Amino acid sequence: MTDSGILAEPAHIGTGSGGPLVVLENVNKWFGSLHVLKDINLTVHRGEVVVVIGPSGGGKSTLCRTINRLEPIDGGTITLDGKHLPEEGKELARLRADVGMVFQSFNLFAHKSVLENVTLGPTKVRKVGSADAEKEAMALLDRVGIGDQARKYPAQLSGGQQQRAAIARALAMRPKVMLFDEPTSALDPEMISEVLDVMTQLAREGMTMIVVTHEMGFARGAANRVVFMADGQIAEENTPQEFFTNARTDRAKDFLSKILTH
Amino acid sequence: MDWKQALFDFSPFWKQSGTVAAAFWATIRLSAMTGVLSLIVGTLLVAMRVSPTPVLRAAGTLYVNTLRNTPLTLVLLFCSLGLSDTLQFRLSQTSTVNYYWLAVFGFSAYTAAFVCEALRSGINTVPFGQAEAARAIGLTFTQSLRLVVLPQAFRAVIAPLGSVMIAMIKNSTVVLVASYIEASAQMKQMFEEFGATLPIFLGFAVGFMLLTLPTGFLFGWAAKRWAVLR
Repeated sequence: MTDSGILAEPAHIGTGSGGPLVVLENVNKWFGSLHVLKDINLTVHRGEVVVVIGPSGGGKSTLCRTINRLEPIDGGTITLDGKHLPEEGKELARLRADVGMVFQSFNLFAHKSVLENVTLGPTKVRKVGSADAEKEAMALLDRVGIGDQARKYPAQLSGGQQQRAAIARALAMRPKVMLFDEPTSALDPEMISEVLDVMTQLAREGMTMIVVTHEMGFARGAANRVVFMADGQIAEENTPQEFFTNARTDRAKDFLSKILTH
Repeated sequence: MDWKQALFDFSPFWKQSGTVAAAFWATIRLSAMTGVLSLIVGTLLVAMRVSPTPVLRAAGTLYVNTLRNTPLTLVLLFCSLGLSDTLQFRLSQTSTVNYYWLAVFGFSAYTAAFVCEALRSGINTVPFGQAEAARAIGLTFTQSLRLVVLPQAFRAVIAPLGSVMIAMIKNSTVVLVASYIEASAQMKQMFEEFGATLPIFLGFAVGFMLLTLPTGFLFGWAAKRWAVLR
């Protein structure tokens, strides 16, 4: 790759440990006349943690949601572990089972206990027996530190606990990749760190993660690569170290100056 | 008839207590079966109305709009006179059994349209993120409807479903046009025999309240019991 444009990817960027897992090629998406994703090319490797940052309305969340096709795309291709995203039906459901997703608003199933939230996918999609599913769910809930809340309903938990339960629910499917769509944006400030700690731990354990966030501390500490999105394009990508100290584009410099000075 | 008899004489009920009880039992049998069937059919209809398949959606919408906007009397007459007498579509050789099931089917077909609409408003109370999260863990459309969306929709509309059920029990009086003898048919019978006296009106009104008031209480209690915390 030549070093001619700002989109050129420097060779020294950490790429995780394995081959390509999620590959987006020339992805385009419109909301009506609004062009929200413009020719997106992005490859996420196995074991890599990619943090997507950028101003609101820049297409970060949309990008994240196209990867398990919660948002269909209008052009280009997305492949997961070498397979093209199916358009709909059972095939698509099977693919989604391999992609964990954590939402800004938690979206825990309100009529089910925390434990039932975690076991629903394994029992109904993976056809795991309920005893095994519960055992594994309890282990996951312990791992995210809310084992003692397993029998409660989502509304009885704090935001931080709900989001950790949502992470456990996604992990229970043993996903190949985890998508985080602004996982801490709806949390009270004192609960952000408990969620970020779980995510950091997950990153250390080698989970492939794509994280849309405004938490620059997490980006610095846990990411292999920072992708900066603005106006529907990937304006810049680099290692966190390079990006935060030495941003190349004016758009990124402007963004960083606004968020790092307060 | 003197005025004391017209206003205070409850003796017709003692004279015919057996047939009155049988008539109310007929109302209960009709309403209970219709309640169960209309809930099942209404659930299937709402699944059609929110499905991603346009043909199913259109069929569900057509059904609901047709049945909901046709007078119940017409639906029931179609079942009894049209299906049974004219087209010779019989569900049993025994006349009373035949008319019971025809009445149940007509009545359920009609009530299901209202159950469907109550449920559909319930679906609108379930946040969109619930369905997204269901899809994100790999549930198919049918699974996410059955396991995540409908259970929450049901709980949201238990109280309005209670109103649908109360209306259904009272609507059962219309079934008399379909040759099925229930409480209101018995009342007409007694009017002819004893005159349309106030005690007979009151007696049957109270009889219906004994069915509808507990239904309302039951659904009200269930609505609180199974409310979804958000």
